[in-house]
Amino acid sequence: MLKILVVCGNGLGSSFLMEMNIKKVLKEIGAEVEVDHSDLTSAKGYHADIIVGTKDITSQLSGYAKELVELNNILDLEDMREKVVKALEKFENQ
Amino acid sequence: MLLNEMLSKNHIQVNVEAKDWEKAIDLGGEILLKEKLIELSYIEAVKKTKREIGPYIVIAPGIALSHARPENGVNKTSMSLIQLKNPVKFGHEENDPVKLIFTLATTDNKSHLESLRQLMGVMTESSDMDILFTTKDVDKIVEVINKHS
Repeated sequence: MLKILVVCGNGLGSSFLMEMNIKKVLKEIGAEVEVDHSDLTSAKGYHADIIVGTKDITSQLSGYAKELVELNNILDLEDMREKVVKALEKFENQ
Repeated sequence: MLLNEMLSKNHIQVNVEAKDWEKAIDLGGEILLKEKLIELSYIEAVKKTKREIGPYIVIAPGIALSHARPENGVNKTSMSLIQLKNPVKFGHEENDPVKLIFTLATTDNKSHLESLRQLMGVMTESSDMDILFTTKDVDKIVEVINKHS
């Protein structure tokens, strides 16, 4: 199963809020994906397929996941759906 | 813990004056510091993370979730909210300027999660967010918080 890791600076606040919304989006689109959240440092050893975070976070994680999804507004579900779907499509034929 | 238990009426202030983001974080933190729910080191940690990692605590347009980690000096899981009179810039490309600062303090990885879920309920209800952004009456905000708790 694909693994999505949601990351914020300390893994307690915004990453949890993002995780909640991403699970909502994944349920809507019927995707079965494992989702977890962590802080920036632990994210580097996690080996996620997709890392989701705000820009200041993802910019420090390039190379640590096959796909990086960058969010600006964690309340914007539309934007989140679009970006997550796009990232998932890249794994479809694998 | 329910949202209105963490974010009680005496933890909410409106029309607060702050000249910059640092002052705004200080003022949000001081509400919890005064009741010894957090230590001064917690507020310093929030500012340090912002300087070192970036303005990721600005989670949506106009909204910051000011927080650090339990080991930075949290005595009790709690939350405060300040609504600024004049919004301040955090250096976030899309979400500046910030008018609402939620200061979140948690003693562990779990005790605040129910409250955060309820806070998400508030934040995704645009009519409730309008009240948080604009009202000059703390009781109106308390009503919104109670509704989602």
